[in-house]
Amino acid sequence: MTPDRGADEVLLGFTRALRAAGVAVTQDRAHGFLAAVAAVGADDRQATYWAGRATLCGSPDDLARYDQVFAAWFDPHDGLPRARPREASRPATAHLLPDAEGAGGAGADDEDVVRAAASAAEVLQHRDVASLDAAERRRLAGMFARLALRPPVRRTSRHQRWHRGEVDAPRTLRRSLRHLGEPADIAWRRRGTRPRRVVLLLDVSGSMSAYADALLRLAHRLTQSARAGGGTVDTFTIGTRLTHVTRALRSRDADRAIVAAGEVVPDWSGGTRLGETLRVFLDRWGQRGMARGAVVVVFSDGWERGDAELLGEQMARLQRIAHRVVWVNPHRGKAGYEPLQGGVVAALPHCDDFLAGHSLATFADLTEVISRA
Amino acid sequence: MVQGMDSAADVAARLGTTGYLADEELATVVFLASRMQRPLLLEGEPGTGKTALAEALAQSIDVPLVRLQCYEGIDASQALYDWDFPRQILHLRALEAAGQVDSDEAEKSLYDERFLLARPVLAALRQAPAVLLVDEVDRADDEFEAFLLEVLSTWQVTIPEFGTVTAPEPPLVVLTSNRTRELHDALKRRCLYHWIDHPGLEREVEIVRSRAPEVSEALARQVVGLVQELRTRDDLLKPPGVAETLDWARALTYLGSAELDLASAAATLGALMKYREDADRVKAALDRMLAR
Repeated sequence: MTPDRGADEVLLGFTRALRAAGVAVTQDRAHGFLAAVAAVGADDRQATYWAGRATLCGSPDDLARYDQVFAAWFDPHDGLPRARPREASRPATAHLLPDAEGAGGAGADDEDVVRAAASAAEVLQHRDVASLDAAERRRLAGMFARLALRPPVRRTSRHQRWHRGEVDAPRTLRRSLRHLGEPADIAWRRRGTRPRRVVLLLDVSGSMSAYADALLRLAHRLTQSARAGGGTVDTFTIGTRLTHVTRALRSRDADRAIVAAGEVVPDWSGGTRLGETLRVFLDRWGQRGMARGAVVVVFSDGWERGDAELLGEQMARLQRIAHRVVWVNPHRGKAGYEPLQGGVVAALPHCDDFLAGHSLATFADLTEVISRA
Repeated sequence: MVQGMDSAADVAARLGTTGYLADEELATVVFLASRMQRPLLLEGEPGTGKTALAEALAQSIDVPLVRLQCYEGIDASQALYDWDFPRQILHLRALEAAGQVDSDEAEKSLYDERFLLARPVLAALRQAPAVLLVDEVDRADDEFEAFLLEVLSTWQVTIPEFGTVTAPEPPLVVLTSNRTRELHDALKRRCLYHWIDHPGLEREVEIVRSRAPEVSEALARQVVGLVQELRTRDDLLKPPGVAETLDWARALTYLGSAELDLASAAATLGALMKYREDADRVKAALDRMLAR
């Protein structure tokens, strides 16, 4: 026996289910949906389906989810909408405050402790991340907050008023209007600047698993500081699959962001198929516009299980589209390292910079390189 | 509401008379856009007929089409209105030469209709009812989107010294985007969203027959079959769209081929493939495909 439900209730329940599935449905979209269904007639299932697609979806990813939720909600065999169990949110562990930050203590003892701790922090900055134990990792996590990224800039086609540069003809004419057409002082303008996009591709396969946490923290820190400066940083993980983790890294707390990213990525410590995942990235995002004119940073050791030639082709493609391609290899900083693996050899001719990326100090160098790109 | 669109079927019929074949979903969305007075945001691969829809729509309901092509750096003065300063200055000089020195009168005559350059959005407001096509809105930037949002919500433009211009009937707005950039949520929420996909085999043959009647039925079928198969390949940099299919079919007809053969196909491949790597791959696969 199905209880008597108003049509509006059922439709609004559907919008809530859609929101739970991950489509961003706001109040005004829901109202628009109701108005659209009223316009086409709520009895026509097909028309309701199209009305919902037009008002509730905003991108092709939403369309796929919409189809699934619609089929489940308006199943013709069962009139009751199904309740979805709410997932319990996992509590994020708060990270310990680092105990060595200079506290301006009084007394020689405290000063000695502070000085010793400060130099220990310096040493920690230069140590390889893969060789740290758990306590040192926690301390290092606190020190990531010191990294700050000034987003790289590029010139735009918009002009801004300036006191030098090129002549601003419309403003000059407008000023001369005040003087009845007599030429008055000249107005100047220059081209504006806006931040360039930064794209980070993190290799999370088995060989890079020791660096995964540090790289995610770095990506999170770069995202936050770039947002403060007005720029955008997009992050993807590559391994056997390509996963878009930008949204997960948006939360301000580093630990929560790492946990969220961990939930989204399915292929931690798996194999490495750099060439294929890079091709997927370029086809779906890069070619359309995300990598165009952007600074793209690839964090990987280059151990390619797949076809190294494919990797070379895709890197060539990336270099043609992006403004600057930076390859960060955690093994580069080690003594006696030479790029001999097939993957690195294939990719290196197409990179503008080849940097080391194993410690906090090298990460700081990386942010400098990105800012100056 | 633009008169004459009573239902989705009516919209589809009207579009059909102009040669644009719309499926039921697109017709429903267009009908909703006109009934709810909301803009229509069309996203899709290049070459799937987004701009063509706006043109067909304007033609089908017999209203003028006003076109605003967006580019990076476009601002409100390019989209809305501008004053023709050089003409205004000449007008002042003329008054001065004629000896009329009444400054108030001179100033009032400066801000007259004839010195106002009405750019597309203002033109659409004044020519209401009309169809306003904002093409490639993803090429513009965030500030322009905010301006567009404001205009689309209020449909009222206040020009200082001139007055307020309102439209008796808001125009039907079609925004197109190639998804090179994610549009702002605020703009997307205001619009009705529709993703245009590549058509299926039968539908594409109908489109070719309808848009390019000089192409023979057999050739159309062969061309469309080949293009459909090319779209399923995942190693092409730019899969061909409907526009490319039409170009290729027409090119082959102009060369006089009644059927698809290797020589003419290889010669006209430039109409279909726009990347050298794609052209090489397709040439290699052509003889295998044509042998079937």
